[in-house]
Amino acid sequence: MSDSLKYFRENRLPHIWCPGCGHGTVTGALVRAIAKLKLDKNKIVVVSGIGCSSRAPGYLDFDTLHTTHGRALAFATGIKLSRPELKVIVMTGDGDCTAIGGNHFIHAARRNIDITTILMNNNIYGMTSGQYSPMTPKGMLGTTAPYGNTERSFDLAKLSIAAGATYVARATAYHAVLLEELIEKALLNPGFSVVEALSQCPTYYGRKNKLGTPVDMMTWFKDHAVNIKAAAVMSPEKLEGKFLIGEMHNSPEPEFTAEYSALAEGVRRKFDSFQGGLRECAQNSD
Amino acid sequence: MPSVKLMQGNEACTLGALTAGLDFFAGYPITPSTEIAELCAEELPKVGGKFIQMEDEIASMAAIIGASLTGRKAMTATSGPGFSLMQENIGYASLAEVPVVIINVQRVGPSTGMPTSPSQGEVMQARWGTHGDHPVVVLAPGNVKECFDLTVKAFNIAEDYRIPVVVLTDEVIGHMREKVVLPDFETVKVTRRKAPASPGGYKPYEADPDGGVPLMASFGQGYRYHVTGLFHDETGFPSNRGDVADVLIRRLMKKVENAEPLIRDYATESIEDCEILVVAFGSSAMSSLSAVRQARAKGIKVGLFRPKTIWPFPEEPLRELSSQVKRVIVPEMNLGQLVLEIERVIGCRAPVERLSKVNGELFKPEEILFVIMGGEK
Amino acid sequence: MRTEFRLSGSGGQGLLLAGIVLAEAAILEDKNAVQTQSYGPEARGGASKAEVVISDVDIDYPKATDPDFLLALTPESYKTYGALMNKGLIIVDESVILSDEITARTVRVPILKTASEDLGKKVVANIVALGALAGISGIVGEKTLELAVRHRVPKGTEDLNLSALRRGFELAETAKASL
Repeated sequence: MSDSLKYFRENRLPHIWCPGCGHGTVTGALVRAIAKLKLDKNKIVVVSGIGCSSRAPGYLDFDTLHTTHGRALAFATGIKLSRPELKVIVMTGDGDCTAIGGNHFIHAARRNIDITTILMNNNIYGMTSGQYSPMTPKGMLGTTAPYGNTERSFDLAKLSIAAGATYVARATAYHAVLLEELIEKALLNPGFSVVEALSQCPTYYGRKNKLGTPVDMMTWFKDHAVNIKAAAVMSPEKLEGKFLIGEMHNSPEPEFTAEYSALAEGVRRKFDSFQGGLRECAQNSD
Repeated sequence: MPSVKLMQGNEACTLGALTAGLDFFAGYPITPSTEIAELCAEELPKVGGKFIQMEDEIASMAAIIGASLTGRKAMTATSGPGFSLMQENIGYASLAEVPVVIINVQRVGPSTGMPTSPSQGEVMQARWGTHGDHPVVVLAPGNVKECFDLTVKAFNIAEDYRIPVVVLTDEVIGHMREKVVLPDFETVKVTRRKAPASPGGYKPYEADPDGGVPLMASFGQGYRYHVTGLFHDETGFPSNRGDVADVLIRRLMKKVENAEPLIRDYATESIEDCEILVVAFGSSAMSSLSAVRQARAKGIKVGLFRPKTIWPFPEEPLRELSSQVKRVIVPEMNLGQLVLEIERVIGCRAPVERLSKVNGELFKPEEILFVIMGGEK
Repeated sequence: MRTEFRLSGSGGQGLLLAGIVLAEAAILEDKNAVQTQSYGPEARGGASKAEVVISDVDIDYPKATDPDFLLALTPESYKTYGALMNKGLIIVDESVILSDEITARTVRVPILKTASEDLGKKVVANIVALGALAGISGIVGEKTLELAVRHRVPKGTEDLNLSALRRGFELAETAKASL
């Protein structure tokens, strides 16, 4: 831990998360992965939106940006395109990323912009005290789903892959070692990477749904997670009620900011003297 | 060398931005502002800048704030519906003190309204569109040349005071082409935010003793500081303390209050002996100018006061002028927005008459002339 | 002296470009010029209108108030804008049937036919019209207009557009004789 402690703003601790919350474990896994890769802390920007997850950057000793709800990836896109040499990491939650920020999420994935997104999925809006999110499983309770959630939930891995993310993985706060390994690989992928980290919310999700103590919730992660490699040889019956963890997708493709820089180089060679903008403009449309 | 060009308002805004050092644009297509995005897409890669078409205007505003935090001069351009979507992040830029420029080419609203017709319906939205008390500066060009000049000025104000600055034009000015004498770009005054000397002891939100504006470090330079939309103390970290919040919001508002005499900008015509005063901005001022000239030709003592900074409003000069006149006429392409500020400034020194137009057409000079001549509105 | 032009027709006929070239030519002759437009949501078809105000002095109001010249290339634009004409001259395409209700002075010019038949490209009707408009009004010289056309038309189409301009000026000569 001593090695990774230097990446924390120690004077900002203790954090505001509830006892038993999984978000500290996820943040720890990110920091250990950064420490392992020996990344330059002056060249890392961590961006977040709003919610419990989004308080994480405040505790980290990098340039950190706590933005508006759902918009972390849009702010991060501006940073990364401006300074492709920076390592840009987004820390987000299930509501922040897939509800209010869903559009930014699919478009960041589509562009394959080199941003590592760590989504802390606690299946609930914690900061506003327990409303259902797009990742609350059907039938589960929330303060805005008092009779059970009637909506279907997103499978973030499938969503990410379909939208164009080039690295997609999932782990849980229980599988902290695996989580660290997956984040490390995500940080190394030069493109849009998504790591979904299931994180227990004992205060709202757990209590509302009678899931027991934080330890009970982590035990549930342990008992219901199946590594995708193991799942490959398991029968559908055996996989019933389980969820997959591990590396779901790893398929590098050209990265957006690099492509833009290459295009700009070509343009600059062609127009070496700037004359001031003057051209015809198209007229119509809304 | 100064050069003479036939240029569109939207082109002039873009050229002004480039002259001011624009090197990052994020935007989303919307009539009647789209030409600005198109030009930026074409020009920015030539000068080492970056252009991106985002998925919506919320994202565009977010992206330019992110870009500005890395030291870039960043801008977006939009129109009514897009401007509405940008409001939350404009508030973020106000509170987090991130310099950005937004060009809003007004069309008729609310909602989708009349996309290809001009309006001045966003006077109040430009000032108060985002929630909470917040500093913002709004500039209103009255012709194509001023689109160039005021966009340069917008960047300078944004950089000097670390605030979002809105350039408020409309469909007529945005799309009309006119003869413009452009200055030698090298001679245009361009400023840049003041940066700290070194990371040691850097407090990102500590008011600089010289001017009260905190020094701004760029991300990626070793300062490792925190930026948040929560109320925060000098260190940039969130604080729930009422006294901290009070100090912060008052300091933010004070920045613009103190700047007002320095950034104040307005034009006048025939005011020396005027007994009737027309107060108009933007494209309404073009019609007003024509009306004032026609009235003068008939021997009527009428003048024009045309604010170019509309927020903060140039109070002092208008208040002074209003003491000498018997009537004030305010033509606006809305149902009465800037007139509320004008009435506040003038008080009971002179009666203020509103002249409104919301049919998507520019005022005809004779409509204003009619009122100057004493006709019923 | 303030001279106002209104160029009207349907979207896609290139009247906006014609307006821009006219304004640019005026500037090349050290005059002041302002060009504005109004348009609908259609990229092609629909009503389209461009206006150009040219003056020796400062131009305050940018739109045409009482045009000195109206160009109308379609029956719709002739009816809509022709009815608003007072002191000015209407230059209407020969294909448009004249209305008794429109009383302003009117001259019919075979603009569309010249473009499609003589020049073989109906897309240059706008430049033919521009030549006719400039020739009849005498607002700018042909040489200046040639320069402005070269500056503003797409690369590779200069020769075609310059022939169109020439043909427009020729149509103007015939039209003037009939006035």
